[in-house]
Amino acid sequence: MDKVIIAQNLSLSYKEFETIISKATFSIDAGSFVFITGASGSGKSTLLKSFYGAIEPKQGQLSVGGVKMNRISTSKLNFLRRHIGIVFQDYKLIKEWTIEKNVMLPLIISGYTSDVSGTQVQKLLGHVKLIHQAGKYPLELSGGEQQRVAMARALAHNPILILADEPTGNLDEYSSSVIWNLLEGANSQLKTTVVVVTHHIPLGLNVPYKHFHIDAGNINEIA
Amino acid sequence: MSLTNTFILTRVTSMKSLKNHISLIIALFTVLASVQIYVAVDRTIAAYETRLKDDYSVIVVANKAFIPAEFKSMSSMVERSEPISTTQVLERLKGEMSQKNLDLLRLTLPKFYRIYLNRYPSPNEINKLQHLLQRNPAIERVEGFAQTHDTIYKLMLLFKNVVQVFSVAIAAVTSLLILKEMRLWQFQHAERMSIMALFGAPVWLRSAVLFRLAIVDAIIATIILCLAFFVIDYYGFLITQLKAIGISVELFNFVNDALRSLGIALGISIALTFMIVIFPNEED
Repeated sequence: MDKVIIAQNLSLSYKEFETIISKATFSIDAGSFVFITGASGSGKSTLLKSFYGAIEPKQGQLSVGGVKMNRISTSKLNFLRRHIGIVFQDYKLIKEWTIEKNVMLPLIISGYTSDVSGTQVQKLLGHVKLIHQAGKYPLELSGGEQQRVAMARALAHNPILILADEPTGNLDEYSSSVIWNLLEGANSQLKTTVVVVTHHIPLGLNVPYKHFHIDAGNINEIA
Repeated sequence: MSLTNTFILTRVTSMKSLKNHISLIIALFTVLASVQIYVAVDRTIAAYETRLKDDYSVIVVANKAFIPAEFKSMSSMVERSEPISTTQVLERLKGEMSQKNLDLLRLTLPKFYRIYLNRYPSPNEINKLQHLLQRNPAIERVEGFAQTHDTIYKLMLLFKNVVQVFSVAIAAVTSLLILKEMRLWQFQHAERMSIMALFGAPVWLRSAVLFRLAIVDAIIATIILCLAFFVIDYYGFLITQLKAIGISVELFNFVNDALRSLGIALGISIALTFMIVIFPNEED
């Protein structure tokens, strides 16, 4: 099976003498659903950041979608990011843009025509039950609704990999179920690899998943 | 967040945005106005030079008669020449001298010529011309009125240089202000740009908002400059004053000057936007 993420002796740190992830070796199969758990400050989000190039490996090798992340050039990083969908805990929506335009962002960046983008955005807003809110601005929506917009944006360009950082933290039950359904759907129907950083793995998931746990800088796969 | 809060937030954001626009538009307008003032002063001085050239002439005293072509062959600066009649001088002396002496004086009196030039000469050119003319043995004396001429000419050059230095200084200081303003824009749009970067947007696409603002403000500044000069032209404050000293000049050409100003405004704003995009602040 193809590997989407391969890490060999990967160490991550923000400061010179403070290692957050230490010599981790693991891989993530294409089309798999993976949870990364760990205590607060264990390095879950830092690991996720390294997958989309927000932090460079301090030591070891990291490859995402066949792209080596060590000393990656800006153009290669942009290319990689155009094939990744990211969901953040704080949504990261552009507040000056309407919901519709926010969802359209990855399609604009990838150079799709407005016709194609428009159709795709309408479909996704339908999936996240926000079609009636398309013309509104992010600050006019609740936190749950904003996260659903962020989810639609992450799926807009049919990415090969979805990275989600605590996507349902602080969300109401309804919004959480919409998010998990979408992640499950993307994984089972589109064979998109999904990597979710979370404190708690939700009960009743309908897809098989792998579970990595971070403890004291070490990454262990839990069977 | 309630709709009222959203409305207030939008209003506050719009006000801030408008304030930033006005700051950049005023700065760009100042640069354009200083350039246009320099151009207008240059044109006025050129027009004044033409007027001085028409009034200015060199006086030649010779011991034989010259025809205009002879003076022309001596220097390419000579446009035309005309003899100065001595009749008036002799008329004044009629009562004081006998007719015989007057006739004798008429015969021995040198020939006077007034030489007009094809351009307003610099003090050096006057000296050169004097030397050229005096090489001819029949020419006894050449009066270029260099002293008077030199003072006026130097005063004009001084005025032109002061305006030039003033324009350059304004352009430099204003460019720094524009740069500061654009850094503020970059800061205001930093969140949007960083989100776009997370989805792989190249630098030019992330910064498109800055370029769009810069282009729009450059166009607005040019339109304001055109309106300002239209008002000056319409009410004719300066034109009337210049006409009073015999100068007729176009202070602002609504095609050429407007296009040049638009080019300068776009050039400055786009170049400075490029600068902040390519060399972002280390704190960014």
